[in-house]
Amino acid sequence: MAERAARPGPGTAEVFVRAPGAGLAAAALRARGAGPTGAGPVGGRGLCGEPARGFAPPQPGLAAAMIHSLFLINASGDIFLEKHWKSVVSRSVCDYFFEAQERASEAENVPPVIPTPHHYLLSVYRHKIFFVAVIQSEVPPLFVIEFLHRVVDTFQDYFGVCSEVIIKDNVVVVYEVLEEMLDNGFPLATESNILKELIKPPTILRTVVNTITGSTNVGDQLPTGQLSVVPWRRTGVKYTNNEAYFDVIEEIDAIIDKSGSTITAEIQGVIDACVKLTGMPDLTLSFMNPRLLDDVSFHPCVRFKRWESERILSFIPPDGNFRLLSYHVSAQNLVAIPVYVKHNISFRDSSSLGRFEITVGPKQTMGKTVEGVMVTSQMPKSVLNMTLTPSQGTHVFDPVTKLLSWDVGKINPQKLPSLKGSVSLQAGTSKPDENPTINLQFKIQQLAISGLKVNRLDMYGEKYKPFKGIKYMTKAGKFQVRT
Amino acid sequence: MTDSKYFTTTKKGEIFELKAELNSDKKEKKKEAVKKVIASMTVGKDVSALFPDVVNCMQTDNLELKKLVYLYLMNYAKSQPDMAIMAVNTFVKDCEDPNPLIRALAVRTMGCIRVDKITEYLCEPLRKCLKDEDPYVRKTAAVCVAKLHDINAQLVEDQGFLDTLKDLISDSNPMVVANAVAALSEIAESHPSSNLLDLNPQSINKLLTALNECTEWGQIFILDCLANYMPKDDREAQSICERVTPRLSHANSAVVLSAVKVLMKFMEMLSKDLDYYGTLLKKLAPPLVTLLSAEPELQYVALRNINLIVQKRPEILKHEMKVFFVKYNDPIYVKLEKLDIMIRLASQANIAQVLAELKEYATEVDVDFVRKAVRAIGRCAIKVEQSAERCVSTLLDLIQTKVNYVVQEAIVVIKDIFRKYPNKYESVIATLCENLDSLDEPEARAAMIWIVGEYAERIDNADELLESFLEGFHDESTQVQLQLLTAIVKLFLKKPTETQELVQQVLSLATQDSDNPDLRDRGYIYWRLLSTDPVAAKEVVLAEKPLISEETDLIEPTLLDELICYIGTLASVYHKPPSAFVEGSRGVVHKSLPPRTGSSESAESPDTAPSGGPAADQPSVIPTQGDLLGDLLNLDLGPPVSGPPMATSAVQMGAVDLLGDSLLRSDVGGSPAMGGSGGSFTPAPSTTAPTNVGAPLGSGLGDLFDLTGGVGTLSGSYVAPKTVWLPAMKAKGLEISGTFSRQVGSISMDLVLTNKALQVMSDFAIQFNRNSFGLAPAAPLQVHAPLAPNQSVEITLPLNTVGSVMKMEPLNNLQVAVKNNIDVFYFSTLYPLHILFVEDGKMERQMFLATWKDIPNENETQFQIKDCSLNADAVSSKLQGSNIFTIAKRNVEGQDMLYQSLKLTNGIWVLAELRIQPSNPSFTLSLKCRAPEVSQYIYQAYETILKN
Repeated sequence: MAERAARPGPGTAEVFVRAPGAGLAAAALRARGAGPTGAGPVGGRGLCGEPARGFAPPQPGLAAAMIHSLFLINASGDIFLEKHWKSVVSRSVCDYFFEAQERASEAENVPPVIPTPHHYLLSVYRHKIFFVAVIQSEVPPLFVIEFLHRVVDTFQDYFGVCSEVIIKDNVVVVYEVLEEMLDNGFPLATESNILKELIKPPTILRTVVNTITGSTNVGDQLPTGQLSVVPWRRTGVKYTNNEAYFDVIEEIDAIIDKSGSTITAEIQGVIDACVKLTGMPDLTLSFMNPRLLDDVSFHPCVRFKRWESERILSFIPPDGNFRLLSYHVSAQNLVAIPVYVKHNISFRDSSSLGRFEITVGPKQTMGKTVEGVMVTSQMPKSVLNMTLTPSQGTHVFDPVTKLLSWDVGKINPQKLPSLKGSVSLQAGTSKPDENPTINLQFKIQQLAISGLKVNRLDMYGEKYKPFKGIKYMTKAGKFQVRT
Repeated sequence: MTDSKYFTTTKKGEIFELKAELNSDKKEKKKEAVKKVIASMTVGKDVSALFPDVVNCMQTDNLELKKLVYLYLMNYAKSQPDMAIMAVNTFVKDCEDPNPLIRALAVRTMGCIRVDKITEYLCEPLRKCLKDEDPYVRKTAAVCVAKLHDINAQLVEDQGFLDTLKDLISDSNPMVVANAVAALSEIAESHPSSNLLDLNPQSINKLLTALNECTEWGQIFILDCLANYMPKDDREAQSICERVTPRLSHANSAVVLSAVKVLMKFMEMLSKDLDYYGTLLKKLAPPLVTLLSAEPELQYVALRNINLIVQKRPEILKHEMKVFFVKYNDPIYVKLEKLDIMIRLASQANIAQVLAELKEYATEVDVDFVRKAVRAIGRCAIKVEQSAERCVSTLLDLIQTKVNYVVQEAIVVIKDIFRKYPNKYESVIATLCENLDSLDEPEARAAMIWIVGEYAERIDNADELLESFLEGFHDESTQVQLQLLTAIVKLFLKKPTETQELVQQVLSLATQDSDNPDLRDRGYIYWRLLSTDPVAAKEVVLAEKPLISEETDLIEPTLLDELICYIGTLASVYHKPPSAFVEGSRGVVHKSLPPRTGSSESAESPDTAPSGGPAADQPSVIPTQGDLLGDLLNLDLGPPVSGPPMATSAVQMGAVDLLGDSLLRSDVGGSPAMGGSGGSFTPAPSTTAPTNVGAPLGSGLGDLFDLTGGVGTLSGSYVAPKTVWLPAMKAKGLEISGTFSRQVGSISMDLVLTNKALQVMSDFAIQFNRNSFGLAPAAPLQVHAPLAPNQSVEITLPLNTVGSVMKMEPLNNLQVAVKNNIDVFYFSTLYPLHILFVEDGKMERQMFLATWKDIPNENETQFQIKDCSLNADAVSSKLQGSNIFTIAKRNVEGQDMLYQSLKLTNGIWVLAELRIQPSNPSFTLSLKCRAPEVSQYIYQAYETILKN
């Protein structure tokens, strides 16, 4: 099997990169989550320590439905879209949400389950938008939250990005899609390839064509995959270039203590695929060391029995981009830590000056280069300013949010990057109680830090010879160094 | 060109403009106008005035336009019911369309229009769609039944849609099955009593097959439905588990959690010795850990559920402590949950790591989180004894930081540590006292005052310290005031000479200057105690305190078991049973874990809630105290006594009365009832010695000789297996199961008391209401040691029949009251009549014949005993074991006729003729008795004896 880097034909590569919502490019794996961008919470109040507080019974009499309504709310607290699958629920129900939003110090801290006298509000926060579902009876909350994430993923898939502006720009499509996703609160079609057959995603070309010809963006055929044994794949797929690419991407979550020893480290891995193959191909993917994968979640297409007995992934792939597998290498295994941070941060009680010095260096990288290194740290409130000199890269200290970020770039093992200087503290205050935590981002190409390696990929069921490619990458997930 | 153009015409004449466009002849213009209407609707604008104009656009070939109109209709039909009727014809027509997409769309939309008038028209199209050849239409129609049921339940039942829906569970298409299950589950939720989802092994098998093939959402419905099934034995449970386990690897976390629920529930039935049990435990950990790498909202719900799972089966995650370590940028709601689970998982093996983490958290920024982290250190100290010292030194380090809220929190938890390990860490008191001035929160102040009072003899200036608090007494919160009062009284009792003035002062502050009733009452009690009998006061106030229990925040085992059945639901997020927040009228059925069926297991696992058994065996629990007949109320077992030491201290005032003086004189008369433990009540002077129970010894012996002719009769009469009489849920954690037995002339009640609450139970006593045969306890209920949580005790309570008599309905009904230190509980049970058959119940032949003739024929009753395969001799000897004596046996025309007699404890004779045909498993029993009302119960006794 060819390494991706050795792949011929620049054309194919381009298709590959442009694919929307691929998760293949360096886009953060956790684009779904709010992301570890914000600073540590400041003075928040315990909202969920006592979830039973203010707990009230839902309205009796009205029958159960899964998801009653959906409200989209932006960061400034405006409802900019509402959709009801049963009777209309007054938007005043969101007042309870606004209350919680006010109490929370930051958007990320708004509790995901909020009881109101007659309803429950379940919300997710992504792309600076709150997706608030209203339910009225005992519904599995994970069901609702998973569904909401699916809605966000669908929007992203349809429009490339998910933002208030783009949703408003495509409000009718959004509405049509939401209607197809749920019926009476029951999920109807949530697979994005089926949805796209029902409601065509907007493109500039199609809008023009539609206006001229008066045709529509609603499919009038029942999607073929909807009821087949392989609901994730439509029939009659055709390509001239048949290709299948797999990206093994691993993120290291770690907490490193003051002295540099690892408190906990684990790996979240995924295998994302971009498969463009004609017909109904049946693929098998095997690993050199499948024993690493003892905690896995599969795409529904993977035949579980085969995996259980032979440790081989056997599947008929969906068409296009999809996540084949996600896996977790737990803290109990020894996880290699590819970088280290040497730090010396000290505040003195008497003076209003402190010292600051950090150095980043490679550790267990299997000879690969560490790149895209980014260091961020939330400084204590009493820090007024920082005067620092980096040996490479650029750094910024925001005196309002007290966030220090240093864009390091590549690590050269011969000349380790460092950032040194002084910290000026507010005069008259005692030295800060808390020590800043250092947050690290980095990337290592062509390495899966767990050691996972694909052995071979075979295709059955079709005659042609596809082009196959595998790529590995390791990144920092939530990688924190305490000082 | 984007849809935002639809929002731009926000002018006065907007509606008017739209109206014109909707009525335009050009298709394209119409569609654009409908889009504008929809766009306004999505932002909550009222465009209902356009209803007729929009509905006019409905008859079109353009699918998109049709869908848009349908979208509009669903939103506004309710407000315009008369206009909505206009749409009906189109719907009905669309339901016949050759395109399945349109058929499904029509039936889907029609169901969403919540207008009664329309539903009538919906029935016929729906019936057709439920049987449609296209599975896509069928699955849409299945959901539509649920919608219709929501609008008009009666209609759905009358039209027989429920049966059609049930048939769809066997549909060939897995998606249809999943939707049918979802619809039935939704309907069942509003009719908890109905037997809609009647699951049997066949339907379970179908569901399991569909499970593998349907969408992720369908899998959730099916798994949730499976969780309600009660497998008949451990083998079936295991085979279901095996087929559900692959779902643990699903990418959808809701599927994973629903699968976890099924497994956690059915695991309960598997024997722990089974290899598979261990395998399953191992398989459960990785998916739970994986849930923690999902989005924070999913993590939160997962953590709340893991919290339950960790309490129920700590072994699953005991090695996974590290995944619960907090990242500094986790949302606060995730942090707090992780912390809670860390403490639950803390053990000697990992305590060092945990403490290091907690200390780290205590320096974070978020105040709430820091507080909880400090508290967690205290909880660790109490939970893991070996770590207590480290915890204390960690807390001292934190106190040295002088961060105000950290110090206060630390003092509160150190108080708890003192309560768990008295006289061990007092050396730190000096450090604590240094921080006295910085305490401004009531809880911390109260804790500090408690410490000073408790260790007053070791603190030289305790009086000064307490006095300093006294100055602002009235400005303190009640919590602090109460604590201060108690602490000063303690101080006085320890150092009476120097502190007399202080105690006077606080007592007068509490009793005269305060209008808080609790404070005044406590003040008066102390005052009287001190003035009446200082020695007694010392014994009361300075009495040794019970150590605080290991974990005070555990969920009650019975509630926990119920919540395990609700994994993945809102109930599991709130840690409350749905009955606590779903309106009572919805009649939530309590779910309970299945009992373990492996026979080897049952004895050693008292934690499994037995449930389920055949309904007939369940005694009806007397619902409210008000219903209690007659004398039970007279029993007056006394109110639950709280604030323990004070009650006993008030001896002079006849405190005995508090605990059932009247009880002893109740109608049971001479029986020495209600012993209980300790001195809380003394035996009544009128107690008579236990009367000789049952038959006179002589005749009993005679019978013994008589019996030797029979086979194995020495074993005594038949004893039914124990059943639950009082479920823990109804008795604040006390579960009582039991049965009745008769051994060599004496009757006894064999009880098992199980403590499923978190506190120790003691002071047990039992009392019977008057009953038909005068059954009464012959001795007090002897529970020698207090019953610790999760402990059971077996007790044999001897009974006699000299109690007072009152006819009960049914005759063998027995109402029982049981008291413990928590409360009094009532239940009723039925006793089998054969425990009343006495040993000298054998009549002389001549006497039998004479009596048989003497009893009028109308007193004769006939019964059939079915399905009994014993022969006449076996029957005879079996019955003799329970004191039914065969006097003669005759063979008439191939049938065996047995003539039998028995005598009840109250002297009633019963004569019986039992006809046995060798070829027929049904026996005919004729009973003659002067009191014919007992016959039915005698028959029941026959049945029980012969069939066991």
